[in-house]
Amino acid sequence: MALTDGASASTAASPHSGPAIDVRDLRMRYGDNDVLKGVDLTADPGEVLVLLGPNGAGKTTTVEILEGFRVRSAGEVSVLGADPAVGGEAWRARLGVVLQSWRDHGNWRVRELLAHFAAHYAPYSTAGRPRPRDVDALLETVGLAGHARAKVSSLSGGQRRRLDVAVGIVGRPELLFLDEPTAGFDPQARRDFHDLVHRLTDEEGTTILLTTHDLDEAEKLADRILILADGRIVAEGSADELARRVGSGSEVRWVQDGQRFVHAAPDGTAFVRELLEQHGDAVTDLEVRRASLEDAYMEMVARHESGRTADAARALEGLEGLEGITR
Amino acid sequence: MNRTTHVLLRGLAEARLALLASLRSFQEMFATVMFVAGFTVGLSFMRGGTVDGTGVDSATASLPGVLGLSVVFVGVVATAMMLATEREDGTLLRAKALPDGMAVYLIGKVVYAAALVLATVLLLVVPGLFLFDGLAAGLATGWPQLLWVLLLGMVASIPAGAVLGALFDNPRLVNAVGMVPVFGITMVSGVFFPITALPGWIQTVAQVFPVYWIGLGLRSALLPDSMLSAEIGESWRHLETAGVLGAWAVAGMVLAPWLLRRMARRVSGANVEKARQKAMQRV
Repeated sequence: MALTDGASASTAASPHSGPAIDVRDLRMRYGDNDVLKGVDLTADPGEVLVLLGPNGAGKTTTVEILEGFRVRSAGEVSVLGADPAVGGEAWRARLGVVLQSWRDHGNWRVRELLAHFAAHYAPYSTAGRPRPRDVDALLETVGLAGHARAKVSSLSGGQRRRLDVAVGIVGRPELLFLDEPTAGFDPQARRDFHDLVHRLTDEEGTTILLTTHDLDEAEKLADRILILADGRIVAEGSADELARRVGSGSEVRWVQDGQRFVHAAPDGTAFVRELLEQHGDAVTDLEVRRASLEDAYMEMVARHESGRTADAARALEGLEGLEGITR
Repeated sequence: MNRTTHVLLRGLAEARLALLASLRSFQEMFATVMFVAGFTVGLSFMRGGTVDGTGVDSATASLPGVLGLSVVFVGVVATAMMLATEREDGTLLRAKALPDGMAVYLIGKVVYAAALVLATVLLLVVPGLFLFDGLAAGLATGWPQLLWVLLLGMVASIPAGAVLGALFDNPRLVNAVGMVPVFGITMVSGVFFPITALPGWIQTVAQVFPVYWIGLGLRSALLPDSMLSAEIGESWRHLETAGVLGAWAVAGMVLAPWLLRRMARRVSGANVEKARQKAMQRV
């Protein structure tokens, strides 16, 4: 089912040109504690950016500064062409935030709540992006049409998260923030959500910044992944690039004379060539797996946690053919 | 439609939906009904007795004080609790994420609190008309006075509640720190016994706060002048009533927007998450 009832991707372009998010040397300090130590990041319109990092790395702080919920200590931040600290209501109307609901509005009915929130956006409707979305169609999209009259407190955890997502996109945002959106989703709900994200970017050109602990999700959704560790972006690139950068080569599996073999090789291709030259037809069920994003991430976090973050960042920077690593 | 109209309409819609939601909440309804029923039953026990030398029914004579207490409890304590709770549970964060959300939320809460005060007053007065002698007669002539005192009482207490709610982060702290003084002040404010029976310095303290003045104003609206012997200076002191309640209203309306803005600035997902973690631990 299409999300676009009136808006098309061509007319949905944001009114300002340039990146949707542009952050330079962002710093945040609480008392004596530096949480962000100079974060640089940009997101182009329509891009899906995934922010990864261990707990306490500063992900939530970064996102909250961009959302205008928190005032930064230093640095330059531009979100949809405005400084979030002084964004104003018209700017706010162009953002969507998916919050982790807890027990707010428990006695409200689902449709009632969504329709009330939707009505906030009416004065900020534009020709290219009619606001708000049709509430009933949206409930259908997130799979809550059958619960329109249910009390919010009666929803299951997964259903509440779907409502959170609906609230986040009801204003047809140009930029959407998602903080661990699929925590508590079952596999079906997760797949539905991923489809929804793809539709948002494809059909409406929505820019998305997402934080998650689910590396599989990051790999599926991200145009670009940023790894935040100890208040800095320590690596940046597509899932593939990151895996190639940090991963220790490939894992090769094959069957030979009825026996199963597994071998870790720094250069998978070279190993396979040699293997086939030596054993030829005796080798069957050959499988070459490149180091995954998970391997890359675990390696980054391991280096970070053993207190060698700076080394890790330097080591990464030193690798050939890489771009976009920021300190 | 210009933006101010939009915000006002959304605020009214918010209040209406919040009231509907409260009506659906067994817990909230139970608390309100117990509050009102408790006082009505309590007053009923006084029925038939008369205040010495006046012939005024004791229950009727006590009702204005109970109304004053209700206005302050609902206006101050309930408003403060609501703000502190909703900041913690993420309601305010949701408002902050919406365009004009904070303005709509705050207008909604003020209207909601006012509706709650009026509902409580009605629930006390309407049965009283049938139960307590002389109340109907008093209301017949005193209703304009009743209206302005109620209105000014609300305008004095709701911002005070907002200030209290904005100052304390923790709803349980509001309960402990807020309830005790309000309760103490109420005890000495002539609700349960005439203020003139109390020592002079306590009378002075009581006269700083709105409870006493709302009670006095409502007594002047509903009771005959023969009751004046139990009042300070044997006068209804309308001017002073308007003055003290007006001062609270002005102070509240100067402080509340500033504190509410500060509070709104500090609302963040991290804070809500922290509160959630704490609440989980308690469970």
